[in-house]
Order: sequence, then C-alpha cells, then structure tokens
Amino acid sequence: MIKGGNRTTDKLLMDRSVPGRAGVVTPDLDVPEQAKLSPDLLRSNLQLPEISEPEVVQYFTNLSQLNFSIDTQFYPLGSCTMKYNPKVNDEMAFLPGFANIHPLQPAETAQGALELLYKLQEFLAEVTGMHGVSLATLAGAHGELAGVLMIRAYHHSRNDFSRTKIAIPDSAHGTNPASAAMAGFDVVTLPSDSNGNIDLDQLRNLAGSDLAGAMITLPSTLGIFDENIVEVCKIVHEAGGMVYGDGANMNALLGRAKLGELGFDVAHLNLHKTFSTPHGGGGPGAGPVCCVESLTPFLASPLVTKSGDCFTLFTPEESIGKISGFHGNFGVLVRAYTYIRTLGAEGLKSISGNAVLNANYIMESLKDKYFLPYDRQCMHEVVFSADWQKERGVSGLEVAKRLLDYGYHAPTMYFPLIVHEALMIEPTESETKETLDAFIQALVQIDQESHDQPETVRHAPHTTPVSRLDEAQAARRPDLKWQPQ
Amino acid sequence: MANQGHFQSHYIPNTPEEQEAMLATLNLQSIDELFRDIPDEFRNPYLQLPSPISEIEIQKELSDLANKNRILNSGASFLGAGSYNHFIPSIVKSLITRGEFLTAYTPYQPEVSQGTLQVIYEFQSLIANLYDMEVANAGMYDGATSLAEGVLMACRVTKRDHVIILDSVSPLYQQVIQTYCQAQGITINLNSPEGLSPSENTACVVSQYPNFTGGIEDIAGQSTIAHDCGALLVVSTNPLAMGMLKSPGEYGADIVTGEGQPLGIPTSYGGPYLGLFATKQEYIRQMPSRIVGRTVDTNGKNGYVLTLQTREQHIRRERATSNICTNEALYALASTIYLSAMGKNGLRKISELCYHKAHYAANEISKLPGYRIAAPHPFFHEFIIECPIPVADINRILLSQNILGGLDLGRPPFCESSSANLVNGMLMCVTELNTRQDIDSLITALSEIK
Repeated sequence: MIKGGNRTTDKLLMDRSVPGRAGVVTPDLDVPEQAKLSPDLLRSNLQLPEISEPEVVQYFTNLSQLNFSIDTQFYPLGSCTMKYNPKVNDEMAFLPGFANIHPLQPAETAQGALELLYKLQEFLAEVTGMHGVSLATLAGAHGELAGVLMIRAYHHSRNDFSRTKIAIPDSAHGTNPASAAMAGFDVVTLPSDSNGNIDLDQLRNLAGSDLAGAMITLPSTLGIFDENIVEVCKIVHEAGGMVYGDGANMNALLGRAKLGELGFDVAHLNLHKTFSTPHGGGGPGAGPVCCVESLTPFLASPLVTKSGDCFTLFTPEESIGKISGFHGNFGVLVRAYTYIRTLGAEGLKSISGNAVLNANYIMESLKDKYFLPYDRQCMHEVVFSADWQKERGVSGLEVAKRLLDYGYHAPTMYFPLIVHEALMIEPTESETKETLDAFIQALVQIDQESHDQPETVRHAPHTTPVSRLDEAQAARRPDLKWQPQ
Repeated sequence: MANQGHFQSHYIPNTPEEQEAMLATLNLQSIDELFRDIPDEFRNPYLQLPSPISEIEIQKELSDLANKNRILNSGASFLGAGSYNHFIPSIVKSLITRGEFLTAYTPYQPEVSQGTLQVIYEFQSLIANLYDMEVANAGMYDGATSLAEGVLMACRVTKRDHVIILDSVSPLYQQVIQTYCQAQGITINLNSPEGLSPSENTACVVSQYPNFTGGIEDIAGQSTIAHDCGALLVVSTNPLAMGMLKSPGEYGADIVTGEGQPLGIPTSYGGPYLGLFATKQEYIRQMPSRIVGRTVDTNGKNGYVLTLQTREQHIRRERATSNICTNEALYALASTIYLSAMGKNGLRKISELCYHKAHYAANEISKLPGYRIAAPHPFFHEFIIECPIPVADINRILLSQNILGGLDLGRPPFCESSSANLVNGMLMCVTELNTRQDIDSLITALSEIK
C-alpha cells in the first residue's frame, strides 16, 4: 500500500478540489447556440470537485488498495459464494454489441441480445428443473419479492384471498421475511429441529388454509441439506401453499439436485454468487426467478420468446407486472451465460463437488478446535460456533477480526441467528488445497492465541488500514456526507 | 455425458489427486458420497446443457451474438426515454475493473473494506450535492425501483396510503410503482401536472424532472401544492440535467430519486444501472438501502462504516424499511469516478451540449413540412415530434440509412400515457454524442419522408 505525500487517501474529493483543474475536456458546440432557458430555471451553484485526470486515477487506485477482494485474498464469507470471477465474463459483457445497445431499440436490431437472454432462460430452467424463467429481477432480494408476489397472484387468481401467511425458517436470511412483508404477507417463523432440519411437526401445525407458502433456503444457512425437504414441500402443498426456494446456496446443488424435482414451485438464483459474476463491492447482482408451469403466467415482465428464427420480448398473461426499468441486469446476464457455456453440465457438477469437498475438509480439520453445533456432513459451507473461545473471553467477532491480520477475509459472523457466536465459512471451489491448509492453520493458531494471548485477539485487527471502528458513534451522530470545514 | 462430474475446469485448481487426498481425510472414496443427504431418486439429475467450450470458442460465440445487434455508436442514434447514450471517460472502466473493487463483497468488514466504504461516502456526498438534498443513500437497483421505493417511503413517513403520480412520469416507472405497491393497500391515482389535486389522504405526489418527454415542469409549484396537503413531493430527477437545471432540493422536494445511468454507465440493453436516492435529514431512519457514515477507529483515525443498519432486513427482518440487500455498488463507484472527472464545469458543459444540440434538432425538424414539435414547455434534451406517417414506418426508413430514430410513442405501454392523443408521436433524444452531422443527416432523411 502506497503511503505518504499526496498519495494518501485521507483527503476527500471536495478537499482535493482546486479551481481551474479539470478531469475531462469537452468538445466545442458544433451547432448554432440556441435560445437559453429562463434564468430562474438554471442553477447558480453546483458543488462538485475540480480535479485533474491523474489525480482522479491515483485517488481511486489508492482507495482500491484498501480493500480485500477475491483477486487478492481468500474470502471465505459464508452465504456469499466468493468464488473466482472469470475475466472473460467481464470481457464479453463489455463487447460494444452488448454494452452499447439501447433497451428500447427495435427487437430486429437486438436479436443477438435477445437470443442470449432466451438461451439463458433455458439454461436456468434446466439447472433448476423449472418451467419458466424471468430475468428481469436485479438482485436476490428483488427475485424474492417477485416470487412471493407471484404466489400471491396465483392464490388470488383462484379467488383464494384467505392465504395471508408465509412460513419462514428461523435460520433464513433477513431478506426472506422482508420480501414477504413487501408482498403483503404476515410472516410466521418455522423452528429448526436439533438436527438443523425444519421441524416437521411445527410445520404441520401451521400448515392450514391461511398458509400462502413457505420460503426455504436449500441447503439451509446452516450449510445443511434438509433430508426431509421432499416431505416439507409435500406438507405445504397439501395445505394448498406454494414453496419458494431461496437459491443463495445453489453452489452446493449444481448438477446434484433440481429444485423443481424436489417440490419447489418458484425460486430465485443469485447469479452474482453461484454463477460467478463479480460482486462489485455490493452489486450489481441479478436474481432471475424460475418457476413451475402453474406459476409461469405470473412471472415478472418481460420474458423472451422465439417464433421461427425471431426473438421478441413479451409480458405473460397474468404477470405481476414490470419490476425493473427494462429487461434486467443484462451485463450480469451476459457474464452468467458465458460461465455456463464455459463449464457445461460436467463443469457445473464439478463446481458443486469441489465447493462441498472444500467445506467438508475445513469442517473436519477444525472441529477439534471450534465447536460444531451440527456435527454432520455439510454442503458448500460450514457453520462453527466460537462458544469454546468465548469461554476464554474471546468472541466470534474477535476471532473473525483476528483472521484479517492473517490476511484472510473474515467468515460471516453471528449468522444464522440460531447459532451462538456463529462463524460461517464458505471456501468455494476456487481455492487450492495449500490455501485451505494455511487458512486452517491460521484458525488453529488463533484458537491457541485465545489461550496464550487473548488480548491480542480481543483487540484485533492490528495490521489493517484502520483498526476497529466506532460504529456506535456512527449511528448516534450520523456523518453521511462531506461538509465544508 | 456419462463422464459428468469428472471434468477438470480451469476454474478449479485442485487436481483429482489433491481431491482424493482431501477425501481421504474425510474417510470417503468419492465426491458423490458428500451428497448422501439428497434423496436417491433426486440425486445427480441429468443436465441438458451444451457441452463446455474453450475461451477461444466462447469469444467467437459471444462476438457473433454481439455482432447481430445494432450498436448505438455505429451511426446516428436518437433513442432515450430513460436510457441515455453519453460519453464515458476511459478512466471509468479502467478503474472499476480493478479486481480490488470489482471482486470485493459488500463492505461487512470495514477494516478491510475502506476503499469501497470511502467511495460510497463520496458517492453520497456528490449525489446529495447534485440534488441539493441533505442525505443520499448508497444507491438502489435502478431509476424505476428507486422511485417505487421512494413512494413506499413516503407512505411510511406520512402514514397515508394514497399516491398521486403525474401522468408525465415515465410509463415504465409507473408500471414498476404499481408492481411495488400492489400488495401494500396503496391507492394510486394519475393526475395531469395542470390538474394536480392532492387531498389530506395523499402520501405523496410523484413527479419526474425533466419529465418523460423531456419537459421541465413547475417543480416549485408542485412542491407547494403537495405540502399544503401535508403530502411529500417525490421527484425522479435526471442527474445529468443537474449540470445546468435548478435542483429539486432548491424547489422543496422531499425525496429525490434518479436513474444514475447517465453518469458514466453504459446503456447495456437496460442494465446494470444505478438507482439514486436522496432525502431530508429528518427522514433518514425511513430510508431504504445501505448508508455509509464517517466515524473514527480506536486510534482516532477517520474511517467509514455501514451505519443506521437497524433499518435494514438483516436486523429488522419483516419490519425493515425495504428488503434490498445487494444494490449496485460498482456503478455507484462508476458514477463517483465520472462526477470526479467531470467536475462542476464538465457536467455543466455536457448538459449544455445536450440542451443546445437537442434544441437545434427540434428547430430544424419544426421547419420541415408535415412535422410539428409537440412538446409545449421548456425542455432539456428530449422532445416529442408529430410525424406525417406512422413512426414505425419512419424508423424503418431511418434504419435503412443507419439512423436509429426516436421512441415510437404509439407502441405499448407508451400509447396508454398522456401522449396517447398524439398522432404519430416520436420521442427524440439528443446528447453530446450526436454530432451536427448526425443531426443534419436525420433532418435530411426526415425531409424525404412525406
């Protein structure tokens, strides 16, 4: 990391501004100047910085170096599938024939784009064992909203207005209940049993005529494949409900099981997880929605259809409507298409195989040192508890922060909520055995530190660009934008 | 496909021998044994996908697909309507494709995510400045969803459930608002800007600036009318127009949303784009999406963190302000780089180039027999022309001369909106990328169509 002189990142853009500097040169007006707008429509002051191009490049380059990323570090952040993001995917999305086309240009001038979308719909239907696919949703949670709105629309189309509840396991991502609420449902929580599976008796108890459906993550956020999943779907179906699948953990199931065959009715995929499109520091993602035939008429607009050799956009008959400005995050969709073409069925299956192998290898190697609340084979991620370290005064958060000093991104902490001091580790298929071994060694050493030098762990990290930040102050006295000194 | 599961991809480093060594630690013989929890009859389904291909073949296949599309910059193009072809400085792509930005996750570990966090703080600052609003969030999915979330927020703030959308708002945005509101018990009414009449039930008035057809409406007047009823004014605002136009904040808007695509983001067939979202300080706890705040570390050094997270789904679950999690951080970065490079003078110049070129085009078209400029109010860089024959026919002729015409307002859903009474209406957009030669070739082509 470069330090010192004017190459530090301490000064913000507005503080770097020097009147008269410019980061671009604009062309002269090549048409006659036109009548001006009335002055009362024009703004008098615009507070933007004046910075030259080299300064902009240096500032943002130096900022980038304050980040951990997949390209620079092992990033075993559970539930986020931080796998290698192939560069060819980006390169394809940047082709001018994809990046420089307009969403409203006539279909006959965008046949290549539409063909790609059409094929991607087919690929994703095949991977999930579903019938219909909409690519219009822009992130996982956006797909969830579309999916539960579809369940609502389905029941209403049958004049069934009594189904007001959605059942969601206590281990679910927060987006599940938030999406269900945005779709107008009351959320009822499904407890997990001691094995980490959904408690079937509890599910039977609440599966009644007011149940619209259930939102299930498979494998669950405990990293476990619920062996009763077929029974779970059956109970919901017998009560007249629909089963929603949160596809966040699909990296474990590629080519191993199809959600549609297991009994799911509608599911979203996170292309920015399973299908390797880069997270970009928090998006863009894409959350395509896949569903069985009975829900297909309700999919979000638009879908792509083919007649003869011609591809066109259309809106399904009973669509929940348009859920994004245009046709989805096309650039992300191009990347996912490229990934699937690169790997094919065999490749996708080896992705899930290696992701699950790596997670089990970590689980087996660390379960003597870290408490494993659900001691059974895991899928693509393993959830430990730092309860043993906690007894020595070192919390899960502190273990996670200490890992940063060893050069690894921290696991997901304190999630799922049903595991004390949870540390959720997802290695993905992208890492070498050497990296996994070194990471395991680091966690073994941190455990040793929790005996020998707990203070070192408790105040970690020590080597990062900033130390522990005062989050309480940030929330109490929000400083959310630059102000003149 | 008999060989499924044994393909060695170049994205997977561990060799079969290494995999075996790891399996041995687990006392297993094969990877398949790791999937025993999947019921037998559903395990290892056949996947009917095309066989894997090499990068050489991938590049060829995708280039062939890309080449079937008509590229905006391959000839004069006059399509806008919510997605705009603007100049993007080279540094934007160069910087956003740095792996440290591109392949980082949401900044959950602030100590090793200061790059992303500081960028978002800069982004919030610049967007708040651009709109003259007190606070901006870390961004939303796109302009349409950002506006829909603005409507939901206004209902939460006012505890009211009636919404008025001006019929001059993009029909696409109107549809997305409908989708977001369908299960919330919210009643939506359309008003014309002239007939705006909120009541004491109205949560908000939804306006667009410039509006869907490029017009500059009386935002100050709308603000007064809304506020007189205790309603909020929600304005979807083109950020690029802020280079010259008075800000919605100055006009009294309560929630300002926008499509960030014009700020350094390619049109890319409709996405990924960037939702902008800004409001007043008093409403921050009702805001959707992430917010970054400045604080200090244990050594007193400035640093940045995700803050006010008790609004969000991972804490508040079904009582969160929104379900949004992943947004469009990479494109918030792109727009921050764009605005840094443009600066106050660059953005003003670009917006003025758009304005003058669009007005030049409108003036020249208005001189053609059979054509009429149908947008009555002052406009920015879009305007409606009424044409002598159906727009679809005109666009076909233009395309044969490699000119991409404007939006046909006769096609759904645009024909259902306020401009429905137009005959042969076309929405034209002119940006700084349209040269005089482009515009003159359009005029010549139109003059030959009668």
